[in-house]
Amino acid sequence: MAQTKAKGNYRTILRYVSGSWRFYLLALTASMLATVFNFLSPQIIRFTVDSVIGEEPDKLSGFMLNFYQAVGGREGLRSNLIFCAVAVVAVAALSGLCNLTSRISTAKASEGFVRRLRNALYAHIQKLPYQWHMENQTGDIIQRCTSDVETMRSFVTNQILEICRVVFLLIFAVSMMFPMNAMMTWAAIAFIPIVALYSGYFHKKISKKFREADEAEGVLSAAVQENLTGVRVVRAFGREKYEIERFDEKNNLFSELWVKLGYVLGAYWGVGDFFTGIQILTILALGTIQTVNGSITLGEFLVFLSYNQTLSWPIRSLGRIISDLSKSGVSAERLSYILNSEEEQDKPGAVEAPMNQDVSFQHVTYRFEGEKAVLDDVTFTIPAGSTFAILGGTGSGKSTLMHLLDRLYDLPEECGKITVGGVNIQDMKRSWIRQNVGMVLQEPFLFSRTIEENIASVLPVQTSTEDRLSQVKQAASIACVDDAIEGFQDGYGTVVGERGVTLSGGQKQRVAIARMLLQKAPIMVFDDSLSAVDAETDSSIRKALHENLGGSTVILISHRITTLMQADTILVLEDGKIAEIGTHDQLLSNNGIYKSIYDIQMNQEDREAAGL
Amino acid sequence: MASIQEEEYNKSLDLKIWAKMIPFFRPYLKEIIGVISLMLLSALIDVCFPLMQRYAVDHFIVPNHLQGFAPFVGGYFVMVACQTVIVILFSRLSMVVEMRAGRDLKRAAFVHLQTLSFSYYNTTPVGYILARVMSDSSRISGMVSWGLVDMMWAISYVVGAFISMMFLNIRLAGYVLLIVPFVVLLTIYFQNRILRGNRKVRQINSQITGAYNEGITGARTSKTLVIEDKNYQEFSELTDTMHRASVHTSMLNAVYIPSIMFCSSVAVAFVLARGGYLVMNDVIAFGTLSAFISYATGIVEPIQQVARFLADFVATQANIERVTGLLEKTPDIVDSAEVVSKYGDSFEGKRENWEPIQGDIEFKDVSFKYPDGGDYVLQHFNLKIPAGTTVAIVGETGAGKSTLVNLACRFFEPTEGQVLIDGVDYRERSQLWLHSNIGYVLQNPHLFSGTVRENIRYGKLEATDEQIQEAARKVSADTVVSKLEKGYDSDVGEGGDRLSTGEKQLISFARAVLADPRIFVLDEATSSIDTQTELLIQQAISHLLENRTSFLIAHRLSTIRQADLILVVRDGKIIEQGDHKSLLQKKGYYYSLYNKQFMEEAMMRKMQA
Repeated sequence: MAQTKAKGNYRTILRYVSGSWRFYLLALTASMLATVFNFLSPQIIRFTVDSVIGEEPDKLSGFMLNFYQAVGGREGLRSNLIFCAVAVVAVAALSGLCNLTSRISTAKASEGFVRRLRNALYAHIQKLPYQWHMENQTGDIIQRCTSDVETMRSFVTNQILEICRVVFLLIFAVSMMFPMNAMMTWAAIAFIPIVALYSGYFHKKISKKFREADEAEGVLSAAVQENLTGVRVVRAFGREKYEIERFDEKNNLFSELWVKLGYVLGAYWGVGDFFTGIQILTILALGTIQTVNGSITLGEFLVFLSYNQTLSWPIRSLGRIISDLSKSGVSAERLSYILNSEEEQDKPGAVEAPMNQDVSFQHVTYRFEGEKAVLDDVTFTIPAGSTFAILGGTGSGKSTLMHLLDRLYDLPEECGKITVGGVNIQDMKRSWIRQNVGMVLQEPFLFSRTIEENIASVLPVQTSTEDRLSQVKQAASIACVDDAIEGFQDGYGTVVGERGVTLSGGQKQRVAIARMLLQKAPIMVFDDSLSAVDAETDSSIRKALHENLGGSTVILISHRITTLMQADTILVLEDGKIAEIGTHDQLLSNNGIYKSIYDIQMNQEDREAAGL
Repeated sequence: MASIQEEEYNKSLDLKIWAKMIPFFRPYLKEIIGVISLMLLSALIDVCFPLMQRYAVDHFIVPNHLQGFAPFVGGYFVMVACQTVIVILFSRLSMVVEMRAGRDLKRAAFVHLQTLSFSYYNTTPVGYILARVMSDSSRISGMVSWGLVDMMWAISYVVGAFISMMFLNIRLAGYVLLIVPFVVLLTIYFQNRILRGNRKVRQINSQITGAYNEGITGARTSKTLVIEDKNYQEFSELTDTMHRASVHTSMLNAVYIPSIMFCSSVAVAFVLARGGYLVMNDVIAFGTLSAFISYATGIVEPIQQVARFLADFVATQANIERVTGLLEKTPDIVDSAEVVSKYGDSFEGKRENWEPIQGDIEFKDVSFKYPDGGDYVLQHFNLKIPAGTTVAIVGETGAGKSTLVNLACRFFEPTEGQVLIDGVDYRERSQLWLHSNIGYVLQNPHLFSGTVRENIRYGKLEATDEQIQEAARKVSADTVVSKLEKGYDSDVGEGGDRLSTGEKQLISFARAVLADPRIFVLDEATSSIDTQTELLIQQAISHLLENRTSFLIAHRLSTIRQADLILVVRDGKIIEQGDHKSLLQKKGYYYSLYNKQFMEEAMMRKMQA
């Protein structure tokens, strides 16, 4: 079970290798050739020293002998030693060339893989449901997308080739050894199952430890990320020491887990090397006895030993490869977690229904997992083209209503439905709804780009530069933020900090409003998006919006009566239920919550008027 | 995409930059020495294994008997066992060095980050910093602990082989040495390029980390705007650049390492031709040449290793530059040495020396402009705020209302002039002293992952559960808590994401109240809270603010009316000040602001009538 799951994880990740197979093949071929040339070079040197310069008789056969004779045999070479030197250089050049080819193609293959993997992760994360984002820590996800991707890179860069090479050498060595001496070959390869067995044992053990260590790194990364994001709070409370203590705890845990892992790995590698050493010793001892007994000759013994060297190297690396596999297996698992999380999906046959229609909430009930219901049987209709206002206590479910309308959350079937023009939004395309519902969030996020780019982000890419700027400026002026922007040194070219920190809260909200306006959506939602704006600006924005919105349906959420009072319908929400609904005048005569809120806000004015 | 400029580095390989890492590795000197000696021992044993093989041939096979075979096998076994122990010890020690030095490096970076000023955070994306703290530091420690050791081994092997060659035949050794200038030239040529390449790669790596951070934190906004594909386009441009830069750097490596190997093969070929000639002319003995050639071929592999290591080594300099760049960034606001020695630093306050704070604040001839440029926001500004005063700051959005608060809280320091607290320039006291006495509630409050309780407790770490609940009650945050399934133990999500803005504002308010500070700053602290709760809070506030110096930033003039002193800010300058009455009588900007707002509310009443 665990085995198939691990395979599945690798399969998820290795999909992204597929575009690079050509390079891999080239890399593999080149590296095999390089191995051959590397093997050849010492042979030529040895031959030259022993048989050309020295007195040893040559042991050449086939075309090598022909070639040898063609260049003049021993005597010819002795007078032209330069030939031998040229041969050495030529082989070195070929080996270098293969080496170079192999490296370049490996780099191309693995960089191509990493690029595809990174892109896939990014695209996928963008499309994961909002719920998923709430459940996962940013820093941890970043750690997976950076550090775990690095691990996978080294897996595909080195390990895949390494595994191929090991298998190649194993087959090569064994096929050469068997014809020489079957008994000793059996003895030599008897160690392979032993190594495989104990590697399997360690594999399980270290996989767990690798996972712990990798998770600890994720936790550490999340801690740093949160500290950096909340730096203003840390500083304002003078909590630097406390933060460091918490960081230390995670940092220590992470490094000590690795140190412990080092103990296990050391033992693992050590034992692996021990087996390799014993294997060589066994063959040496067996061979010596057999040679002394006369069953094999000294020459055969020496050749057999050299092949066994070739064999022992793959046995030795097998252990390292398996330990690396454990590590990359964990990374593959952590990345698969992201890649296998389900993206937001549309129902089959999802439609693009007209959106300039009545919006209707019917018996909508919603709860977050393990929480009390946020919305409880809410039913109301927003006529197309009207202005609809929502007032309600902190946490009464106002934003959730809007999140449901924009399908940031999906309403389960048995929990009522939301329709636009009679069509259930669950049956529509998600992107269609979002394009047609312009939404300004309570805490808008601005990207680290220029103000112009931020506002224009919803415009099609092919929009011409002048057209873009003029649209941006128009939207900015409706949102009453044009003066402020033009007051900046770089105007619309001003880069806003990562979280838009160089702008004040009110400016951010207004830039976000301008951005939403360019969406030209038939339904517009302002989720308390004027809270950080002074009353004067608030009213001029509403005035400008009124003049420019045309037939759009507008949904306003606010705590200010002055913001809401002119709406066609006002909904008062209390603890997820509709408390009151009607026009300003109706609600006042109702003498309910609306009236009491109105009185509070008015009374303040009265008191103020007295002060006047 | 991100147009944030990072520091540029253009030095070539510079050991001075590497020397900056010494303090981080010195504590592990013992381990490093241990690793190196184990490595040398291991190399020695590695050299002996072929000798054992020859011994077997010479002593058992050639004389054709097995006398002394058992001790031989025993000896060999002991060597294998030694090698095993060495590998075990060596791996442990290397891991200890890598992880502990890496830990120290991360810690130093983190600690330093706690002292850097807001101006740094305002201009540096979180992802960029995260990449430096996490991945750059890991690379450095990994390089030093594992790479350096391999390097030591390879270099000592090469040097040893050279020395042996010189003993064998100085002239032939001279030929081998001929390749040295070529190797040096090649190395110089490539190293600078590899370093430049890796700098680029690391820089893009930071950008990618930053892009992930933005992509994740801005996911909701991207969804509502349906710009996922557009974001992806931009991101893939970034990975394209990364792809080009990485392949380019790998190409340099791909050419450099085989070139070095080729050089060493040429040297061997040269020795072969020249040496063979000398043997044939009986100038040197055959045995000498044979041995010489073995050494010469034997160093090809280690030379390649050295080349590979050098390439990695040089590339790591880019990581070091990035980490030290962070460590050497000087905070704009620093406590002087005398202050630290008396009051303690930002981490460990010497509370016994702290004067109790009264809360008198005085701006004395203060001029100020933000460090990232622009004009003076304040010029020769003077203001006395006696302890216990409630100061309200009003003005249009973005008019610079937060500047005064930033100065009073010493998040920024005056460019000229002084801010006195209780009559003493606050630069003569420590930052921690001041910050421990400030309660700050922001408009967009940040909560940390964890429970409601943990978040409120952040205001006073040693607070009991009762104190926490009392603080929550004071600001009506208990109503929020009662709506949550698990009450105070409910998880608020990352950054408080699971709560609405209004709920976050209430929790952060409770957090500030628990801190019981002498100075309170409420920056639009109740903007997203509903009217009824706000009314409750306002009553609580007037009670809370008694005897405390406080700053209120608000749009609703009704909140501000009761303030002892109202500052009216416009275009970054304070244009009017006084109490509500006197400002209205002045018939200036405040008067017009007030009238506009009042008119609107009056209109509301008209509608009612």
